[in-house]
Amino acid sequence: MTSTPTIPPLTGTLTIDAPAEQVFRTFTDAFGSWWPAEYHIGQADMATAILEPREGGRWYEQGTDGSECDWGRVLTWEPPHRLVVTWQINGHWQYDPDPAHASEIEVRFTADGPEQTTVELEHRRLERLVDGQALRDGITGGGGWPSLLELFAKAATNQT
Amino acid sequence: MDGLGLLGDPTRRAIFELLARRPSTVGELAQQLPITRSAVSQHLRVLKDGGLVVSQAEGTRRIYRLNPDGVTALRAYLDRVWAEALTAFGKTAQAAPTDPEQEDQ
Repeated sequence: MTSTPTIPPLTGTLTIDAPAEQVFRTFTDAFGSWWPAEYHIGQADMATAILEPREGGRWYEQGTDGSECDWGRVLTWEPPHRLVVTWQINGHWQYDPDPAHASEIEVRFTADGPEQTTVELEHRRLERLVDGQALRDGITGGGGWPSLLELFAKAATNQT
Repeated sequence: MDGLGLLGDPTRRAIFELLARRPSTVGELAQQLPITRSAVSQHLRVLKDGGLVVSQAEGTRRIYRLNPDGVTALRAYLDRVWAEALTAFGKTAQAAPTDPEQEDQ
């Protein structure tokens, strides 16, 4: 197998009419208040999700039954400017504890003025999630991993 | 956020999102959409040919699910997750009251 090609990162930008400090706090301290509750991995319904406010902190969901499921870890904690966390949820919607299979999410908060902040999010190293999966499951034949990469390359090239 | 070509069609995207929440049969998908079972089947074929969806026979039923090993499916799914999450974040952040620790008076 040839080396895993890099998957283009996902990016998103939005502008919010609020000071950077407040926007950063809403993203982190109040993470559970805005994250769509249907996107969770635990067996139980999600009660909330928590992003611990420090480098090395856990990022995890709490189920309505009190159970906890990890999503990732805080890599960089620079309030109110920058946050980097790992996303270790693979294609089977399971947490993969291996740091080598961790994708990364970087969020930058830039003050455009005292009451306006631009938030830029980048979800990168996505190939690590898939790479880990492919390594564990083995490489499947036709219709599996290699042909998907070809398809992906085609889709990526067609994007403008 | 960009969508991949296969998900440009709104019905296909709806099917993809339903499957992201729960693996389903053609009949189960048709119940949740304003289209016929045969239209659902056609869209599933396109999604399957594109590597986004896989199917598996379980007894007499055929269950469709997102291709868990698919680069395209994973990226497309995360694209939707973030589009929705950032929209929700924007609304909450905009509405959030001024920091109580810095309240006037």
